[in-house]
Amino acid sequence: MIFSLETLLQLCILLPIFATLFIVAFRRHPNLREAVSLATSLCVFYAVVTIYLGLDAGETIAVHWLQVLPGLSLSFSVEPLGMIFALIASFLWFVTIIYSIGYMRGHNEDHQTRFFCCFAIAIGSVMGVAFADNLFTLFIFYEVLTLSTYPLVTHAGTDAAKKGGRVYLGILLSTSVAFFLFAILGTWVIAGTLDFTQGGVFPVDANTTLLGIILVLFIFGIGKAAIMPFHRWLPAAMVAPTPVSALLHAVAVVKAGVFTVMKVGMFIFGLDLLIVLPTTQFLLYLAGASVLLASFVAMRQDNLKARLAYSTVSQLGYITIGVLLATSSGVIASSMNIAMHAFGKITLFFCAGAILVAAHKSNISEMRGLGRQMPFTMVAFFIGSLSIIGLPPTGGTWSKWYLLMATLETDQLIIMVILMLSSLLNIAYLMPIPFHAFFSISPAKNEHGVATAKVQIKEAPTASLIAIGIAALGCLVLFIYPNPLYELASAILEPQQSTHGN
Amino acid sequence: MTMILGLYNYWVVIVLMMIGFYIIIAHGHLIKKIIGLNIFQTSVFIFYISVGKVEGATAPIWQEGIILYSNPLPHVLILTAIVVGIATTALGLALIIRIKEAYGVIDEDEIQAMDNQAMVNQDKEHQ
Amino acid sequence: MLVHLPILQVIVPLIAAPACLILRRPKLVWLFALFASSLAFIISILLLQQVMTAGTISYELGGWSPPWGIEYRIDKLNAFIALIISGISTVVLLAAQTSIEKEIPKDKQPLFYILYLLSLSGMLGIVTTGDAFNVFVFLEISSLSAYSLIALGKDRRALWASFQYLIMGTIGATFILIGIGLMYQMTGTLNMADLAVRLPEVAETRTITTAYVFFIVGVCLKLALFPLHFWLPNAYAYAPSIVTAFFAATSTKVAAYLLIRFTFSIFGISFSFTTLPIETMFLVMGLLGIFIASTVAIYQDNIKHVFAYSSVAQVGYMIVGFSLSTPAGLTAMLLHMFNHALMKGALFMALVAIMYRVGSSKINDLQGLGRQMPLTVAAIVVGGLSLIGVPLTVGFVSKWYLVVAAIEKGWWWLAGLVLLGSLLAVIYVWRIVETAYFKAPILGQQPVKEAPMAILVPVWLLVSANVYFGIDTRFSVEIAASAAKSLFGVAQ
Repeated sequence: MIFSLETLLQLCILLPIFATLFIVAFRRHPNLREAVSLATSLCVFYAVVTIYLGLDAGETIAVHWLQVLPGLSLSFSVEPLGMIFALIASFLWFVTIIYSIGYMRGHNEDHQTRFFCCFAIAIGSVMGVAFADNLFTLFIFYEVLTLSTYPLVTHAGTDAAKKGGRVYLGILLSTSVAFFLFAILGTWVIAGTLDFTQGGVFPVDANTTLLGIILVLFIFGIGKAAIMPFHRWLPAAMVAPTPVSALLHAVAVVKAGVFTVMKVGMFIFGLDLLIVLPTTQFLLYLAGASVLLASFVAMRQDNLKARLAYSTVSQLGYITIGVLLATSSGVIASSMNIAMHAFGKITLFFCAGAILVAAHKSNISEMRGLGRQMPFTMVAFFIGSLSIIGLPPTGGTWSKWYLLMATLETDQLIIMVILMLSSLLNIAYLMPIPFHAFFSISPAKNEHGVATAKVQIKEAPTASLIAIGIAALGCLVLFIYPNPLYELASAILEPQQSTHGN
Repeated sequence: MTMILGLYNYWVVIVLMMIGFYIIIAHGHLIKKIIGLNIFQTSVFIFYISVGKVEGATAPIWQEGIILYSNPLPHVLILTAIVVGIATTALGLALIIRIKEAYGVIDEDEIQAMDNQAMVNQDKEHQ
Repeated sequence: MLVHLPILQVIVPLIAAPACLILRRPKLVWLFALFASSLAFIISILLLQQVMTAGTISYELGGWSPPWGIEYRIDKLNAFIALIISGISTVVLLAAQTSIEKEIPKDKQPLFYILYLLSLSGMLGIVTTGDAFNVFVFLEISSLSAYSLIALGKDRRALWASFQYLIMGTIGATFILIGIGLMYQMTGTLNMADLAVRLPEVAETRTITTAYVFFIVGVCLKLALFPLHFWLPNAYAYAPSIVTAFFAATSTKVAAYLLIRFTFSIFGISFSFTTLPIETMFLVMGLLGIFIASTVAIYQDNIKHVFAYSSVAQVGYMIVGFSLSTPAGLTAMLLHMFNHALMKGALFMALVAIMYRVGSSKINDLQGLGRQMPLTVAAIVVGGLSLIGVPLTVGFVSKWYLVVAAIEKGWWWLAGLVLLGSLLAVIYVWRIVETAYFKAPILGQQPVKEAPMAILVPVWLLVSANVYFGIDTRFSVEIAASAAKSLFGVAQ
């Protein structure tokens, strides 16, 4: 190995950002440009895997860049939770690049260079979020992520896209400045540090009411976690091209949100403190309500992407609940759900995009009978749905399992009921889509006769199909082989449990 | 009574100041405004000068047999302030000439109205 | 030579100004003015260095020892402010020659530089002098040249704006003169250090209270503190763009300096903050300024107006820091003075570029400019982000210190309000960005080229300063913190 792990860590963040230079340089040669994107994503993934192996070997990896203000520095370190996030994001970036090459060309989108540039910056900042060693660093990359994804959301340049972009930026920026930054400042003044520390940073004698308020500010301020009532940006962002929705709004952006929530919960507050705070219970119910309400709203959406968006809002609630339950199985469930939901949801989004490119359909009611023309896509959609619902043989099973265990351990029966109900709702809003695709007759046939129904609907471009295949396969593999993920997830808590013993 | 008579110089200053201030605010005519400004400044000059006077003292010129002199410093200061005041007046008047050339009027309300009108016209052009 | 630096700081631009008349040719005059301003900049760097290592410098003008003679007194505070002023002035001057080509007739160009240098020396004089009456004289030097500079604007509204500023400015200066006169009456001295010693003896009198109030009102007029800001937006909008860039970055800083100097060094904190309820008053006016001016900025059509109102709002932030009356709050204020000079310098310089190419600063005329002038618009984006207070820009540093100062004082609500205020900045900045990048160019309008290097270089100098001092904050934070501490230390 040529590079030290520290160098690799920095490369993860810097490579995508440098890649933008080449992407711009090759703007007249689409093939070269996409080759740059692919190569970069492979390199980043390779780097992350190497770091993972190094972490497994028990090395501590930390990098310090610079100190902005006394006590506030830009520095990075690797710990299991960030590892999970980085692994998933870098892997799925690679998959999405393959997919979007097919999609963007199949769809003849404009401004593809801008698209791939912003995409790369977004991934670089996701890596920054994943490896951030303190809240300040995390906040910076969190904001960079918001700003770099804004052009992606408004990509189409239409009025609807601009409006969506305004909601997106408006909510994410204002929550992050008004609440998140405020909470960070509060933490800074009370604790005197922003470094992520096992067991939390707050002094034992800190005022719990104040800390409770800070917790609320954190949960609301991390708008990317899309807890109601600050979830509106997510459906609004669905005006973006599908690969963007797929990666950013199933993986990168929303996961950066819940990832931040987890980091804050575990390493700023610490689970022991989280339980005793007066507002935790309130936030639990709020997240529960978010889960249920979003599911209900999802049922009423006819636009496939909108339905998936609300489904995401609901699933993000699961992860927040997992942290707020403040037990080890809750944390394991949340961190596993970050991975499981990422794979499941990206499959679904890929399928939605494939349907849009191949059949030019975005409404669910028009998708009856589509299974015959696009069998591969629809099977993948079915697998993705299973994973989101949490049924075997898909990875989603495990995270749901641990989450229910956690609710039982903590006697949060109401939350448990909410989760069960939500699973039923998941079935109700996801399952009909593949079901009707395979077992209903295309409505077009009835209305316009056979001829129109046989409009040339083929499967999506090959590149996209490969990506869909990989993502769907991922859902299945994670069921059979969840061990590495489980180990990482339980490693998050290990040092903490040892401090428990002390 | 001593409040009024003993401190009469301050009363003069205050009255002058208020007259000047009133003219600046109440009159739309630009030259009147400048005159108001002058009165306003002059009141402050008088204040400084009267402060320097010491009762029973003479002008600060050295002479045999005199021990009590008025304080010359405020006079010197005010000499500077007067120069500044003249410069301000000159600049103000010059501006008024230019305003007259550009607008054709030298009344606050009319200028304001012309500016507003220009703004409205510009908006219409855009539409 | 080094001994005479304090007076050279003022004298260099003051002498250079009439000397411009001899040179006549605009280009020569420009080079000469640039030279004089750079010299002032170098002097201010040297002075700051001396002050930071060796402590306060006292310079006796003409060898007359204070308190009889005029004393120039350089401490950390005014060395810092002088550095801001001369630095910004030099960077802005770099672009002046190119910019005024299109905005000022050729025969008036040498006069422009004369006025510019006079204004510069006036501001530097206010900052360096240790004599209260001298402050008034320099204040008028800088103001009179400012009125004339503003009147040089192409639009006839510049004349009217200048006249209004003249009336308001003169009233403000006269108020300051009254304040100084009353102080002299009670103490018999004009030397600031001497005043600081003698004032406490008579602090309990009504005269001193009156003096303070007159002084504060006069300064607030100059500072354009809400609600005394009415002269500012039009003056900034219709003046030649280069003048706006210079004044927006420096002139409010000078007034803020006076406020700090008189409140802390002369009247003393115990008088300023206990005798009078100025904390509350400033807090309320600062907050009102932040919210009202930011809201008004959102509804402006002219970008110069947007940023002018934003300046009024930013003065509000400074004043909020001031009203905390803690060392942390004062540090935040000083930092914001430095940082705001950089932000507004960068933003208004970018507008200089836009005025040069487009000839208008209406928001609607910016449509599609993101592609035609990528570097200029990118500069506005970075400057705007800094104005909002995004991390890694200077704006973030000042917000951070201000909010921490508020929380340390236990005023959580204020911390929340300050952050909310910056959301308003998001809106008005984003309107501009969205127009420039996401709106198609107006049909039939000639596409324009990127601004010339002569303007781009200073623009990006200031933009990179925004980023550099946002990342490496050691310089600004250290000076601001130690200046704030010494101000509190002296007064206690």
